[in-house]
Amino acid sequence: MRFSRLALTLGLMFAASGANAAIDTSPLPPKQPGWSFDGPFGMYDRASLQRGFQVYKEVCSACHSLNRVSFHALSSDNGGNGFFTDPQVKAIAAGYKVPAGPNDKGETVDANGTPLTRPGIPADHFPPPFANEQAARTANNGALPPDLSIITKARAGGPDYVYSIVTGFHQKPPAGFTVLPNKYYNPYFNGWNISMPPPLSANQVTYSDGTKATVEQMAHDVVTFLSWAAEPTMENRKRIGFGVMLFLIAFAGLLYLSYRRVWADIH
Amino acid sequence: MATTTADEPTRRDFIHIATGAAGAIGLGLLAWPLIDQMNPSAAVLALSSVEFDLSPIQEGQQVTVMWRGKPVFVRRRTQKEIAEARAVPIGSLPDQLARNANLPDSAPATDQNRMSKPEWLIMIGICTHLGCIPLDHQGDYGGYLCPCHGSQYDTAGRIRKGPAPENMYIPPYAYLSPTKIKIG
Amino acid sequence: MAGHSTYVPKSRFARWLDERLPILRLANDTITTYPTPRNLNFWYSFGGILTFMLGIQIVTGIVLAMHYVPAATMAFDSVENIMRDVNYGWLLRYMHSNGASFFFLAVYIHIFRGLYYGSYKAPREVLWILGVIIYVLMIATAFLGYVLPWGQMSFWAATVITNLFTSIDQILPHVGTAVTQWLWGGFAVGDPTLNRFFSLHYLLPFVIAGVVVLHIWALHVPGNNNPLGIDVRGPQDTVPFHPYYTVKDLFYLCLFIILYAIVVFYLPNALVEPDNYVPANPLVTPPEIVPEWYLLPFYAMLRSIPQKLIGVIVLFGALVTLVFVPWLDTSRVRSMRFRPLAKQFFWALLIDCLLLGYLGAHRPDAVFPGTEIPMLPFARLGTAYYFAYFWIILPLLGLIETPRPLPLTIATSVTGSGVEQVNAPAE
Repeated sequence: MRFSRLALTLGLMFAASGANAAIDTSPLPPKQPGWSFDGPFGMYDRASLQRGFQVYKEVCSACHSLNRVSFHALSSDNGGNGFFTDPQVKAIAAGYKVPAGPNDKGETVDANGTPLTRPGIPADHFPPPFANEQAARTANNGALPPDLSIITKARAGGPDYVYSIVTGFHQKPPAGFTVLPNKYYNPYFNGWNISMPPPLSANQVTYSDGTKATVEQMAHDVVTFLSWAAEPTMENRKRIGFGVMLFLIAFAGLLYLSYRRVWADIH
Repeated sequence: MATTTADEPTRRDFIHIATGAAGAIGLGLLAWPLIDQMNPSAAVLALSSVEFDLSPIQEGQQVTVMWRGKPVFVRRRTQKEIAEARAVPIGSLPDQLARNANLPDSAPATDQNRMSKPEWLIMIGICTHLGCIPLDHQGDYGGYLCPCHGSQYDTAGRIRKGPAPENMYIPPYAYLSPTKIKIG
Repeated sequence: MAGHSTYVPKSRFARWLDERLPILRLANDTITTYPTPRNLNFWYSFGGILTFMLGIQIVTGIVLAMHYVPAATMAFDSVENIMRDVNYGWLLRYMHSNGASFFFLAVYIHIFRGLYYGSYKAPREVLWILGVIIYVLMIATAFLGYVLPWGQMSFWAATVITNLFTSIDQILPHVGTAVTQWLWGGFAVGDPTLNRFFSLHYLLPFVIAGVVVLHIWALHVPGNNNPLGIDVRGPQDTVPFHPYYTVKDLFYLCLFIILYAIVVFYLPNALVEPDNYVPANPLVTPPEIVPEWYLLPFYAMLRSIPQKLIGVIVLFGALVTLVFVPWLDTSRVRSMRFRPLAKQFFWALLIDCLLLGYLGAHRPDAVFPGTEIPMLPFARLGTAYYFAYFWIILPLLGLIETPRPLPLTIATSVTGSGVEQVNAPAE
């Protein structure tokens, strides 16, 4: 790909936002609601993870896949990094239909032409809502809902950005800004025209622990869940990190004393 | 960390021993992840047990299930096959141990010790000679014949004739319901 | 200094081995008794740190290669498998990706130390050139490695950098395109490219290790330079490497590892472009294509020149320039401690490299945040200063500068009792 084509692509991207060329449509700095997993000692709030999973399952999974997360990752048994027990995980997995291979006759679709499926097992990954990219685009006015497995690591601003997008709808666009067809105004998104319709509305989900399902609450929970999905091993990382830092600081102290002892007769 | 007094002419000071020991511990801590990463990963362990539905299998039919990369024969035995297996005196068997992971090593190779329910033979389908997969419903004993070197097994998967030294192994398994087993 | 070995085997086994393969003698001569100037400071510990980081990268790389799959359809997912399912996979991956950054941090400090103390001057020219070779091999290895996760940045950085070779077309028609397609194994970056990049990424670190052996050998012939830049005159100026510098290097290494551990455990993605967590898509170019931070100064130089071929020549010229430094610097004094004027230009070079690094992260048409001031003229100025420093300033300075008087010997300088000798020339 030559530089000239690169420049052309960049130029076209600028031109495409020509409808709003006069206004700077850079995204607003993301909101910073604060997360339980912030900081060197922050951990995932287990209750929030379960609620967030419920929001993902009931709202987001209609369009967004979670391809890289396996059901067994949800388990906290046997040293797992999840937030359900093994029997719960087995039940969750069995509630999903995953694509099945050819049957004994070699067929991959049933009599109606729908692809064969089987109940999920813990070893399976979350099945995608659409069979392929083209099907996903057709169902979403040409836009491709991104996979959410690592979304909080794949966007500048991380969890704050995703939270801001999800809660950034329902504002009035400024004068002079045109919302393009099949798009929605969201000032936290680059260009301010986002293809995703506002995904959350109050009390859309009924939380089993009785928490009030405001939009901010659901957004907070689902982003906590997505942060977990992007990095299930984060708690291990911080715990082991703490031990390593203590060891290294002590070791540095010992080395310093050894160093002074060795060099004592030189200095 | 207190150092010793400086009246030792050599460098074998306590501080150096302590530092050296800490360094050795540090290297050990560093080495562990490098070694442990070769152990089966969580993705592999998730498939370390397999559930299987027995209901579609007809009497006299055998189905092969993959478990931990190995073929497991799930065979629904006929009454005749069960009777034949039970009629064999243990003393005449080349291998008199049950080779059943669900029982102690010393269990004898009675037909009852080869399976939890007499109708269902659940067995790792690998010949104990050199690892080929035996063919079912073949051979002189109504059980299995290994095409590689001619080992013959009976309807309980026990070696009767040929170069194989041991009965085919029974994997760890349990019944979750009368029609569903979990292997591993 | 290369002198006679004073090793005496201490046991019968040691004597037996010494007559057959004098490896214990070698270890004794190069590590234990090796006479090292007694005045080496913190900046001299980075050679040891670099050796450690090379070891870390090789070891973590080998274990990662046990799980990574170098095929375009599976590479990204295999890295996610490492992060999620492989035991300690997340730790090994973060150690390897951040290890590269710390490897480069250490190498830049090591290079600037050499520039400041004149460690490249005679008789250490070959030592310096071997170092430049190691640096170039490191850049190649890091570039190849960055492609392997097959994220958006991986793919597009590979596309941009391999496309540089098409600029050869302007001198030799069709040759540039042929070379580029030969590199790709196709008509664009794709599966064959990834596979061969993996093979080369596995190979080059061992080539680096070999050149490091030569580098240390070339060091041991004349012996280490030191912050004063004056030669060792006798045993009173040196101490045996073990235990004096083994313990000192280990201490500074431990401090360096503390910094490394903070990043690996608490800020593992601070140096990563989020776009590289998006799987590679040949049909979508990311809005900004940027390499890792340690390549940004070169990227700034490349993009400051609008003409593609000249930009490529400038890029490679910046690296090739380093080879000639021992001859470009005409000063008879090694260490900039005694070159007050040269010191100012040295600091300006350091600030210049940092500035180029900052500018390299932005598009050529960018402006400084909150202002209307364009960045491009600064990138051009910065590039010009880099070349001017080596090709004009260093040669001139040696001729016009009056250096400060040098100490008599290292030993007297350390103990503080020496009479200073005026303008003693460095040998």
